[in-house]
Amino acid sequence: MAEKMFVQGNEAVGWGALYCGCDGFFGYPITPQNEVTQWFAHEFPKRGKVFLQSQSEVGSINMLFGGAAAGFRVMTSTSGPGWGLMQETISHLVAAELPCVIVLVQRGGPGAGSIRHAQMDYITATRGGGQGGYKNIVLAPGSVQEVHDLIQLGFHLADKYRNPLVILTDGILGQVSESVEVKTIDFGPLDKKPWALRGRERQEDGKSRIVNSAVGVLPLPPYPNYISWLKHIEEKYREMEGSELRYEIYQAEGADLILVAYGYTSRVSKEAVNMARAEGHKVGMIRPITLWPFPYSVIREKAMLGCKFLVVEDSLGLLIDDVKIGVEGRADVHLVGILDRHIPTDGGMIMPGRVFEEIKRLL
Amino acid sequence: MNKKKVCGNPKIWKDPPGAAMYCPGCQHPVIDRIISEVLEEMDIDGKAICVVGVGCHAFVQISWNLDVLSSAHGRALDSGTAIKRLNPDAIVFTVQGDGDCIGIGAGAFIGAMIRGEKITTIMFNNTNYGTTGGQLAPTTLLGQKTATTPHGRDAALEGYPVHTAELAATFKGTAYSARGSVHTPADYQRTKRYIKTAFQKQIDGVGFSFVEVLSACPPNWHLSPVKCLKRIGEDIVSEFPLGEFKNEDSTERLSKSK
Repeated sequence: MAEKMFVQGNEAVGWGALYCGCDGFFGYPITPQNEVTQWFAHEFPKRGKVFLQSQSEVGSINMLFGGAAAGFRVMTSTSGPGWGLMQETISHLVAAELPCVIVLVQRGGPGAGSIRHAQMDYITATRGGGQGGYKNIVLAPGSVQEVHDLIQLGFHLADKYRNPLVILTDGILGQVSESVEVKTIDFGPLDKKPWALRGRERQEDGKSRIVNSAVGVLPLPPYPNYISWLKHIEEKYREMEGSELRYEIYQAEGADLILVAYGYTSRVSKEAVNMARAEGHKVGMIRPITLWPFPYSVIREKAMLGCKFLVVEDSLGLLIDDVKIGVEGRADVHLVGILDRHIPTDGGMIMPGRVFEEIKRLL
Repeated sequence: MNKKKVCGNPKIWKDPPGAAMYCPGCQHPVIDRIISEVLEEMDIDGKAICVVGVGCHAFVQISWNLDVLSSAHGRALDSGTAIKRLNPDAIVFTVQGDGDCIGIGAGAFIGAMIRGEKITTIMFNNTNYGTTGGQLAPTTLLGQKTATTPHGRDAALEGYPVHTAELAATFKGTAYSARGSVHTPADYQRTKRYIKTAFQKQIDGVGFSFVEVLSACPPNWHLSPVKCLKRIGEDIVSEFPLGEFKNEDSTERLSKSK
């Protein structure tokens, strides 16, 4: 059963979560994601689901730690400084192998930065921003429909790999309204979380469970020691890299210049590609949908054909590092970034015209 | 000759019990035993989910035949909140040290009491950070020497010991707050009564319930186990008085001020 709606990107988070059986949302107010939290406050309790406003983002993420450990589908949403506060426990979630979804609606940084759109949390999202070095799958929607779809895929992959997962959007994608087909997407069966805490008498085997993120201190079966457990985590990352890579290629066949962008700047870039193609320039775009794992091989393939690269991201240059890793020194990599906004304020944006100008300069 | 077993380990203790991990004279396993007896006597161990924090208190997770979540330092009440909200039939309780609960975890602790979570917290107060080698805690007595107050706690520098059970009692969302001790058999029994009452408040759904229990830490107090008991009975009880600070039977108080 599908329903057509005209909704904001931030509201599409809620509809996606509702239609894939999310049980609980725990959040704290922060701009520009407030519509997400408010959506859950309005829509979840009346459907018998849990919405709770925490005392801080540290509270929210640790509520996810508990809810996920108890076997429920739980999520939160945040931005900028709230994302910073959550890092410690995201690391604990990885270590305890607890699945959950964290929506990061990016705003300007560093510090309190600005309360409006930007794309400045790429590194902490894709590299594991907390202690210890770890990975989360990072999904980057490029439209409101994709916000709805990737939330559902996100819960599925989080459960499949027992790992937290990040949905990386931005203030523009959060605020923009588009037509969305709201429905449940079937990604196939999952296990019933036999590891979850339910109270001993509710366990099918009647045995008690421990969920712990300090595996090096108190080893838990089936891992006899710290290194054997780390090996398991590493194998899980390799499996994610091998199976979960997702990207979109647009007009890239025979291109001399490839744009690389995600989120709102991928929409801007697509427009710039159309402007360039209309004038006969051979320009295309690669849009990573998974920012981790990153489509290095696709970038490398194009670099070996002699393409130049232009990264379009609303920051001082973060995604560009991954593109440089991908080209392995074989191609020039350029940036249209936050300094290229159409006006020099927090409300400025990277516009298609500015990207098109840079395309013409590089060709 | 007929032999009858009159005493033994609580049934929910695994064999061998994790008490082996504690230092000689430590009273943490004594408090763990009280909690075990209460859960068994109230027949709620099968639906109990315990959340521990970080510190010596957390070693209990490997001794109990209970579902246990080991949370981030200070965050047991955040994690416990979500478990109880999503699974209201479960008996959710946290076991925390004084540093975990009212030091690094003060925000989570106060947040849970503001919301009146239907959770029970047992806080072990040994007046220092035991696991890391006996540093200053919010509960350290004035003048008490610790690894980070080598000349003794000085109020001008480190402030005063925090009275957690009295603080908990000030919150409208708190239904029950008490402070017990296990330095004498009589105190053991009184503390057991407090903990039983605290779990009953959760079952009755009347609000947050809290029991602070004083616990000896011989290695970090640099005293023999017997002298530790004497210290509790004299110095510590005079700073941290024992007893019940709040005992509410209904949720009426919650709707009084609209």
